[in-house]
Amino acid sequence: MSHAVLIAAAILLPLVGGLLGRLVGFHSGLARLTAAAGGVLGGLAGLGLGGDILWNGGQAIVNWPWFATGYGLTLAVDPLSAFFLLPVSVLTALAAVYGVAYLGHSHGGSSGAGHGAIDPANVGLFAGLLQTGMVLVLLVQDALGFLFSWELMSIAAFFVIALDDGQAENRSAAWTYLVATHIGSAFLILFFLFLGHRAGGLTFTDLARVTLSGQAQALLFVAALCGFGAKAGFVPLHVWLPDAHPAAPSHISAVMSGVMIKTGIYGLLRALTFLGAPPAWWGWVLVIIGFTSGILGMVFALAQRDLKRLLAYSSVENIGIVTLGMGIGLFGVATGQTTMGVLGLAGSLLHVLNHAMFKGVLFLGAGALVQGTGTRDLDHLGGLSRRMPGAAGSFLVGAVAICGLPPLNGFVSEFLIYLAAFHGLLGGQGFALLPSFLVIAGLALIGGLAAACFTNVYGIAFLGEPRTRAAGEVGASPGLMTLGMSGLALACVLLAIALPVVLPGLAPVLAPLLPIDGPTLLLELLRAGAPLRGVLALGALLLLLVGFLAFVRGRLLAGREVGETPTWDCGYAAPTARMSYTGSSFTQPLNDLFEPVRTGTVERPALVGLFPAPGRMATHPGDSFVGHLFTPLFTGAETLFQRLRWVQSGRLQVYVLYIAVTLLVLLGWNLW
Amino acid sequence: MVTVNFAGLVPIALALVMAPLLQGVINRTKAFFAGRQGAPVWQPYFDLARLLGKGAVYSRTTTWVFVAGPVVGLASILAALTLMPLGGVGAFLAFSGDLVLMLYLLGLMRFVTVLAALDTGSSFEGMGASREVTFAALAEPPVFLTLAILAQKTGALSLSGILAGIGPTLWVTAGPMLALLTTALFLVFLAENARIPVDDPTTHLELTMIHEVMVLDHSGPDFAMILYGASLKLWLLGSLVVGLILPAGLPWFVAWPAAVGALILLAILTGVVESTMARLRMHKVPQFLIGALIMTLLALVLGAR
Repeated sequence: MSHAVLIAAAILLPLVGGLLGRLVGFHSGLARLTAAAGGVLGGLAGLGLGGDILWNGGQAIVNWPWFATGYGLTLAVDPLSAFFLLPVSVLTALAAVYGVAYLGHSHGGSSGAGHGAIDPANVGLFAGLLQTGMVLVLLVQDALGFLFSWELMSIAAFFVIALDDGQAENRSAAWTYLVATHIGSAFLILFFLFLGHRAGGLTFTDLARVTLSGQAQALLFVAALCGFGAKAGFVPLHVWLPDAHPAAPSHISAVMSGVMIKTGIYGLLRALTFLGAPPAWWGWVLVIIGFTSGILGMVFALAQRDLKRLLAYSSVENIGIVTLGMGIGLFGVATGQTTMGVLGLAGSLLHVLNHAMFKGVLFLGAGALVQGTGTRDLDHLGGLSRRMPGAAGSFLVGAVAICGLPPLNGFVSEFLIYLAAFHGLLGGQGFALLPSFLVIAGLALIGGLAAACFTNVYGIAFLGEPRTRAAGEVGASPGLMTLGMSGLALACVLLAIALPVVLPGLAPVLAPLLPIDGPTLLLELLRAGAPLRGVLALGALLLLLVGFLAFVRGRLLAGREVGETPTWDCGYAAPTARMSYTGSSFTQPLNDLFEPVRTGTVERPALVGLFPAPGRMATHPGDSFVGHLFTPLFTGAETLFQRLRWVQSGRLQVYVLYIAVTLLVLLGWNLW
Repeated sequence: MVTVNFAGLVPIALALVMAPLLQGVINRTKAFFAGRQGAPVWQPYFDLARLLGKGAVYSRTTTWVFVAGPVVGLASILAALTLMPLGGVGAFLAFSGDLVLMLYLLGLMRFVTVLAALDTGSSFEGMGASREVTFAALAEPPVFLTLAILAQKTGALSLSGILAGIGPTLWVTAGPMLALLTTALFLVFLAENARIPVDDPTTHLELTMIHEVMVLDHSGPDFAMILYGASLKLWLLGSLVVGLILPAGLPWFVAWPAAVGALILLAILTGVVESTMARLRMHKVPQFLIGALIMTLLALVLGAR
């Protein structure tokens, strides 16, 4: 199939599917199927397109005239877009499959889940629009089209978040998101206008040719960082994420968290290809952003009881890891340490791909829990792995992968970033060593905290005894949901095996970001990626040992007495599920430790006398950036703008006057 | 490049055979300090043999995760052993960044142990698991920073390369830094192996325990795998501490006996620490680990000159 057809299919099919689904919205099942078919076919087209470009090299370019305006929309798939197209396509397609069953069963569900009232046809429409928007963002090759696609994607996500607008918290989440994304867009408009002005054209080829002064380069970098960082969720611009993800239906949360926020990373990388050779301080800035986002994301995640909020914060953490890799890579490029640069950027890119897969599994798994039990509160779950074996197995794969533990894919990308930092230790001197130490210490702490966070999630939700009736009566997820989840879990396993082998294939993707020629880059990837073969070997050894030990254990126990009892609780005769440890108690030591950086409120009962009356204690985890930064900022802005209220008098005559004055001023300016 | 060194199979064999001995030496030292006769140093072997010969009892709450915990945990530590050199002789496998893989394999071991503990639904084991992940998260940065500083000093990126690069010359030129790093690693060694002052391995029915309380429900061969895994972990992290002190480049017939001797001395030292110190209160343990982190940061400053 020609590239033009695939490009058109990847862009249009999701939208067409969504629109057709809306047209047949009177029949819920048909609407869901139509929308999902569009998403899946579009995803397949995108996967074919991206895979073809990455496998065979080269790039695909098509030019769509834009309604006889003389403006042509140039769409191209170069290796960088092709790479990002892969996770977007796979995740949206599998999420669409999952969505067919997920939306079908949430009708008349309990109000706690919050998705009883929404029309699946609307979800399908906006999910399709979101997919179209994301694919367009990746393929568009000029600034105007990019801003248009960016807005399309952002607005589609707004509608998805706002679908269940019966609840005040969802409306508020949607507004927060809209404000955040538009603040980001404002910086992007500035970025492209300024850059386009310097370049004398708006196509990406024009922009890439421009030569910039150091000052202009710095300004543009900061604008790109703010604009794309708001979408990616860099701390402190992350505050919209934890509100938006619980509000959207779970399979759309998976898409938003797994790939939509990655368009911010794509944008930043694309911007870097325009801005020329990076100075070392860009690396510093990105390493520091990654360090804070990674650690704070995890610190906030640990305090959450709401599973989807927790996963949203964990996305902030993973964006932090991606940024650490990008930062150490840019630092390597700036200081002429090629190996460090190649490894850092490669690790960062692979983490984008890996995170899309395992975060997809985790959000889809969270959706299965929400749908089955009607609650997102971890402390109300428990013992689900017996009742939902499919969801539990996939979720376990996702949990191991997101902690970056071997032998799964998360380890591969984190390993490359570690390796980049270690290479930085060999080549640097004095202060140039600090970014490497920051990356190593940061990743180590993030890894430890992530292990605490996800043993908590898996152990509390899936293991032990059910803590509520709803958790005890839940049934297995429908087949299509299990298919979506296990597909992504399988992708995590396959990537763990494939990535060490196909690493040199990243050469064309990395080429525009590095100042070295193709063959050198390929050689560098082959050389620097060689330790991954050791990782692969150890992974195989680990599996063999597990098989061997399991066999030995089976042989030892064969024919012996194997008994069953209740869990031993110091001889206590009547244990109940209420006695088992909750997620809140599990994470309490770490939460206490990080109390100073994490604001939240605790309502404690007053205990007086020798026999105090019964009391209640409640903790409300907060986000220090909301309380200490954004609330004062926006309240301040509001009081400031209140002073300008007199401009809006509400009388028609005054507005006519405004128009007349504006026209006069414009006329005068034109005649000057 | 992945280097395969067949001489590295000997340290693995030594670890497999001798690891439980360290446990016995620690117990014997403690008995000496307490004025008791004490169990023979071979007692851990007898315990393992007895447990392997038994049947097992499982809680009705548990699932396959509970069974998988000891199996995957022991497999992880066994895989990690292939990367650890002993006495300056290279490990079986060595490649750039293998130290990250080794520490993450220990992380995998902890992950499955914690999940197995949570699988029982017991509040005791939940408590132990919660403390385990808390202290482990705080112990990660000092270990990684220590190895990073050593990598920078020795110019090597694999464990075998790093430990081979630490010799008398480095002790002369950067003695205070190495001393700080060794101390920090020793503190982490105590914490990671559930020893006093972080954890008390002898009173596993108390509410204050960490590691022992996580494995309360395991029995028979499963429990044997956990105990054996724990002694291998003691040996593995002990080899790292010992590797900083022993000079590299000795011929094998000196290096391996010296390393085993040093490990036994380390076990005696651990026994002395256990006999002469009380366990810290739980909320002091983070300070203990942050103390180790501060030592590595000091070493970083010293090494940056």
